[in-house]
Amino acid sequence: MTGLPLLTFNDNGIYCPKGDFYIDPWRPVKKALITHAHADHARFGSDHYLANKGSEAIMRYRLGDDIKLETVEYNEKLSINGVKVSFHPAGHIIGSAQIRVEYKGEIWLVTGDYKLTDDGVAEAFEPVKCNTMITECTFGLPVFNWPDQESVFDAINQWWQNNAREGKASLLMAYSLGKAQRIFRHINRDIGPVYTHGAIFNSNEILQPQTSFDLSSQRITSETKKAELKNALIIAPPSAINSSWSKKLKPYSLGIASGWMALRGARRRRAADRGFILSDHADWKELNEAIQLSQPENIITTHGYTDIFTKWLNDQGYNAVQEKTLYTGEMVDEKEEGGEK
Amino acid sequence: MRYFTHLFLTIDQTNSTLKKVEAFVRFLDEAPDNDKLWAVALLAGKRPKRSVRTNQLREWAAELAGIPLWLFEDSYHVVGDLAETIASVLPADESQSDRSLAEWMTYLKELKDQPDEEKKIAISEAWLSLSKHERFVFNKLLTGGFRMGVSQKLMVRALSKHLNEDENMVAHRLMGNWKPEETSFKKLLVEKDAEEDLSKPYPFYLAYQLDKEAEELGNTTDWNAEYKWDGIRGQLIHRKGTLHLWSRGEELITERFPEFTDKNSLKIAEQDFVLDGEILPFRDGEPLPFQVLQTRIGRKKVGKKTLEKAPVILMAYDLLELNGKDLRHTPFSERRAKLEKLVNELNSPVIQLSKLIEFDSWKKLQELQENAREVKAEGIMLKQKRSPYLVGRKKGDWWKWKVDPLLIDGVMIYAMRGHGRRANLYSDYTFAVWKGNELIPFTKAYSGLTDKEMREVDRFVKQNTIERFGPVRSVEPEMVFEIAFEGIARSSRHKSGVALRFPRISRIRYDKKPAEANKLEDLEDLIEMIEG
Repeated sequence: MTGLPLLTFNDNGIYCPKGDFYIDPWRPVKKALITHAHADHARFGSDHYLANKGSEAIMRYRLGDDIKLETVEYNEKLSINGVKVSFHPAGHIIGSAQIRVEYKGEIWLVTGDYKLTDDGVAEAFEPVKCNTMITECTFGLPVFNWPDQESVFDAINQWWQNNAREGKASLLMAYSLGKAQRIFRHINRDIGPVYTHGAIFNSNEILQPQTSFDLSSQRITSETKKAELKNALIIAPPSAINSSWSKKLKPYSLGIASGWMALRGARRRRAADRGFILSDHADWKELNEAIQLSQPENIITTHGYTDIFTKWLNDQGYNAVQEKTLYTGEMVDEKEEGGEK
Repeated sequence: MRYFTHLFLTIDQTNSTLKKVEAFVRFLDEAPDNDKLWAVALLAGKRPKRSVRTNQLREWAAELAGIPLWLFEDSYHVVGDLAETIASVLPADESQSDRSLAEWMTYLKELKDQPDEEKKIAISEAWLSLSKHERFVFNKLLTGGFRMGVSQKLMVRALSKHLNEDENMVAHRLMGNWKPEETSFKKLLVEKDAEEDLSKPYPFYLAYQLDKEAEELGNTTDWNAEYKWDGIRGQLIHRKGTLHLWSRGEELITERFPEFTDKNSLKIAEQDFVLDGEILPFRDGEPLPFQVLQTRIGRKKVGKKTLEKAPVILMAYDLLELNGKDLRHTPFSERRAKLEKLVNELNSPVIQLSKLIEFDSWKKLQELQENAREVKAEGIMLKQKRSPYLVGRKKGDWWKWKVDPLLIDGVMIYAMRGHGRRANLYSDYTFAVWKGNELIPFTKAYSGLTDKEMREVDRFVKQNTIERFGPVRSVEPEMVFEIAFEGIARSSRHKSGVALRFPRISRIRYDKKPAEANKLEDLEDLIEMIEG
């Protein structure tokens, strides 16, 4: 490699000097390419945004209708200042993409967040061959092995049914963008009515036009009667745990849908009745599989168990390093944790 | 093992005591007797000796999972539980084994004297034949630490429902030195034993900390007060010429305290009795610091030197049985009168009577309570004169009224990841005080913070790490904590030269800068003050 690397890390984010653009910057920049619409990747204030079409509705909702946003299809080939750029399905949430950057035959890939399991909501992951792969590793430890998703949804439906039989609500905590829709895709609506927290109700309204299944629900309001909830499934974002909002819904059984529920300690700490192991991130096997499929020589890890996973990759013969970013991946607790030193 | 794993999962998935009891009763109704016996034994904290070393388990699990040992260890530090780490790194599978809990226990027992290679094969086969949850439970059996949120009380309640028997009766039958290998569920809990086990203790009656003003207890004349001694709660049982000493943890500790079986110090009287009291390090009419007793707790065999250095007595405060008669339902004042007479007759240097405190007003008693450290006591015990001797921790008739703890402000210098509920969270801290310009660690503490505060400290630790040593991080000395503790003594085993009794965090001192934390001299002054 001569001169500057194709992508570098600076105080604003991941930068391409040749093409003069950023990918998922955490500070406002002139031109921002966005892997997906989650808040730690799509941030306020940049002059121009470029994202996959599937991200448009949510990005406009969250960042403002008036943002300058250009959208592309998956696999569509663009050229920015002579640098070839394309977006490829990451399987993380609707519209999520891995961004491929190529200059003079050298290929870099920014995965953003991804998973290999086809969840029936997000466009299914497609591997992209590259020389250098910038990958997340939120769950980059061998203890994270996701169970088959069918069995998880069966367990969620079973739990809801049991609670409904006992006359209490089932309050399920799930991220409002991604996981909530994934749950809607798989629940058995014969069991009872489905209610949502406002954050999820709004996301669903925005996503319904681009979604092939039913995202309708009733929104919890101050008028909602307790009697309506006794056989209901209520879906809310994790920040609603132990809030005054959720206290009004009692009696309920509390379930949390998160990859962190694979850790017994994390579940017990949250005092959840049930933890469902469900993540939109790759588990240990999938991370390793994605890397094998992409066949990179160099790997840069950005967020998650970066130090351990990087050491493992070096053991495996890759040239791997870690970079500090402000991406957070899935959170173990509801509040944002600062970056680690 | 499916029944037991199912029980474990159900209990693990709820915070409601009612649901836990229900799940346990269902297990008892469905599972075979042998499994019931083992479940009761494991939950009562009886566990067989380890047949495999945990180091071997780590190596075998890493090998079977196809990962290097360092990666297994790093994962373990994040998960915070060895059994869970092993269960998680191995390939997930459906359960293929029909072995019952009792059969697995036998399987493990038979492994004990096998060569390592055989053990490795047997354990690996077991792992691969079990589902992830069963594997977790199996690993808990292997490593010994079985805690699953079932208190003794909860188990007694479930057993009494299942057997349709009185709770006190069940609790009593569960006490003592029984081994699951040597008895059966029926023998232990169902059949009336003609030859009542001579060693069997009664469940202890435990008091809560006084949660109101003493005046609210009513008439002083309805109450007895005595000092609360800082030793180990014990029951001394003399029946038909045999003598047994039990600790509150239901451990038979007769051999560790030969003072009581020595004919020179305790002449066995003609009377049979069961005494409740405090095993207390004691010399020249005065209790010694608890640390003195600590030198004897772990030891099975006690030499002459130890007996001279750390002599103990039983400070007797209740009489539960006299000449075969259970006195627990009679009023405390009657038991107390019989106790005084008995201790008098025994006339032994190793059995002392815990004296009643004379008081005619709560105010006067409070003065004595505040100064309890002067007589080497932890506070005062209040007992309603007409109270029967109850089972377990109950409110109302007995109260402990402990002196306020001692306080020191320390600076956090190390943090370690916790276990169990606190896995993956920096929850165990080391605190230091100043000696000149140097910070000297003086205690660890890992309780007293709310979950919210703990998350805050966790965030601080992650953002202010200086160095990492496995699960431990050294951190910038910036946060000051108020540490509360019950006692302090000199110790040559600690760098600071002091050892604290029951240290915990009382609050985070956001208002204090590290330079304002206490000095080592302050700790030394406390020792001076207490030892007088």
